[in-house]
Amino acid sequence: MFLFRLNTYKMLKIVDLHANINEKEILRGINLEIKAGEVHAIMGPNGSGKSTLAAVLAGREIFNVTKGEVIFNGKNLLELSPEDRAREGIFLGFQYPIEIPGVSMVSFMKTAVNEARKYKNLPAYSSSDFLKLMREKTALVEIDSKLTNRSVNEGFSGGEKKKNEIFQMAMLEPKLAILDETDSGLDIDALRIVSNGVNKLKNKDNATVVITHYQRLLDYIVPDFVHILYNGRIVKSSGKELALELEERGYDWIKKGEV
Amino acid sequence: MSEVVEKKDIKSQYLELFSENIDKISNVSSSIINKFRNQAIKDFEKLDIPNKRNENYKYLDLKTAFDNKYNYNFIQSKIQVKLEEVFRCDVPEMDTESIVLINGWYGNKTNLLQKVEGKAIIGSFSEAAKQYPDLFEKYYSKSKNIEKESLVSLNTAFAGDGIFFYVPDNIVLEKPIQIINLMVSEEDTFAQPRNLFILGKNSQAKIIVCDHTLSASKFLSNSVTEVFQEENSVFDIYNLQNEHNGASKVSSVFFNQSNKSTLLSNIITLHGGVVRNNVYVNVDGEHCESKLYGLYLSDKWQNIDNYTYVSHNKPNCNSSQFYKGILDDASIGAFNGKIYVSREAQKTSAYQANNNILLTNDAKVNSKPQLEIYADDVKCSHGATSGQIDENALFYLRSRGISEKEARFLLLYAFTNEIIKEIKVEALRDRISNLVDKRLRGELARCNSCVINCC
Repeated sequence: MFLFRLNTYKMLKIVDLHANINEKEILRGINLEIKAGEVHAIMGPNGSGKSTLAAVLAGREIFNVTKGEVIFNGKNLLELSPEDRAREGIFLGFQYPIEIPGVSMVSFMKTAVNEARKYKNLPAYSSSDFLKLMREKTALVEIDSKLTNRSVNEGFSGGEKKKNEIFQMAMLEPKLAILDETDSGLDIDALRIVSNGVNKLKNKDNATVVITHYQRLLDYIVPDFVHILYNGRIVKSSGKELALELEERGYDWIKKGEV
Repeated sequence: MSEVVEKKDIKSQYLELFSENIDKISNVSSSIINKFRNQAIKDFEKLDIPNKRNENYKYLDLKTAFDNKYNYNFIQSKIQVKLEEVFRCDVPEMDTESIVLINGWYGNKTNLLQKVEGKAIIGSFSEAAKQYPDLFEKYYSKSKNIEKESLVSLNTAFAGDGIFFYVPDNIVLEKPIQIINLMVSEEDTFAQPRNLFILGKNSQAKIIVCDHTLSASKFLSNSVTEVFQEENSVFDIYNLQNEHNGASKVSSVFFNQSNKSTLLSNIITLHGGVVRNNVYVNVDGEHCESKLYGLYLSDKWQNIDNYTYVSHNKPNCNSSQFYKGILDDASIGAFNGKIYVSREAQKTSAYQANNNILLTNDAKVNSKPQLEIYADDVKCSHGATSGQIDENALFYLRSRGISEKEARFLLLYAFTNEIIKEIKVEALRDRISNLVDKRLRGELARCNSCVINCC
């Protein structure tokens, strides 16, 4: 018997996911379920597979999925192209956002938003409606409007790049946002702005996965669940108190297998 | 077999064309132009049509392009082109009256020379040689090293008409001038336009040259442009090349810079069968600035070859060269560029870069940046890259829901934008941006208002 709770359908279900790159196995059997309205934190030492998991979910083709399945809102995610995953509502916040000189933020976002609308059989935004949307979201995530007038990430500081990820997230309104080490390299002010953005965008119909190395980010984005990823597997899952324990004890006890 | 034996070598065909028609050529020309012909044809005979054994033509064999029975116009073309009917390039903010060359001859028969903004003169090269002998004595065929290129010599031997442009001292032209260089004929046609541009002291001008083919015949164009920039002059020249796959073109431009002059050259090759652009910059004054840009987009079996030679002969000058190319299908591209710094040219700052994107395994690009430096206090650098589309950037765009096709297009467009953004005439920049957009999308790249399908 399955017991369904109101408002909490399974948005994402990962079963026994294995993935490798150049024959080297990185993910060795991930199992994870995420429901709408939840915030999950994935923590773990360097090289444990956190970023690989994020990239595989977003459809990065350099990784080979060798086993397992991922169901996203009833669809087999692994069969979809990266762009279709995005249009279905997956968003990856990059650890190292890419600089694309010559592509303006406006044309980048306009293309992205309108392609998603086309996918959903909605008409494209007019230029004025689109610019209005840009302005709204710019204010919401407190990103400097000067940045949105420039080429994508070109010459942006580390903090500006991360703010720009959150801005793109606000524009695309994903169902599942996966933020890969969004806190790395951020000063405290930028961290606050980025976290505020994430919190403002959170609602009962979407979910967030925060991948982080440090507990600090979780002071701002409070998770419902914390998972520890080590050696390509989730070795421990618990409530937010697990993050504090990691902060105190480090990762050595995980590595020694004391879980 | 007999056909092969009887076939003359290609050079002889052109020598014969010269000897049979020298009277016809000379009759319509000024003596100042005529006096260079005999030496020039001798130089051509000695140097021959360049092939791959010539170091400067290492990546291009022009034999095939020259090996064709072309028709040659020795006098002003009979073709009356009503420009407003067949071709109208309506880039706004341009001077309304466009200057047209048809198969190398000045297109306007009634008004051979005209004033620009009441101060400068533009018009037929042939007519100007008769009316301004002093200027022609001083400048014509006086570019440094002009005798060293065989095809330039071939042009000098045949020189009939082209564009003459003279901006007197202290004259600043507000609007850019557009020259439309058309090839149109029912027969395969060879043309050799000869242009002479003179910018007086403290003068400023901008020129836009648009090369187009208007009929499906095979064309060969071997043009020579000499530009003389006197002290403190500012000159911008943009060349938009948009010819069909059966057209071959060799364009040689000699820039001669005096003290404190500023030059900007930007060659955008959208389309063309075989294209060879030679740009020679002779920096013969102090505190000069020279910027050379180039963008080439090729597909099918097109062959686009850019050659530059920047010669720093005086101290305290800056030059930069930035050429970019996108090569698709089995097309071939080349960038062969040289910076020469003489012993005297201390404090020279010279920079050269060439970046290419190859879209297929069959496309090929040869990049050969070279430095030859004899001064010891200089800053020079050069670099070249060729590669594929950046996969990380492609994934970044796709992860935002942009289709792979559109993402590729955005990245290619961005790659070209670094050259396009250097176009200082805004209306032209928008137009070229639009043409490059269409070209990259595989749609027809022609001016919106042009009724003839020219590529």
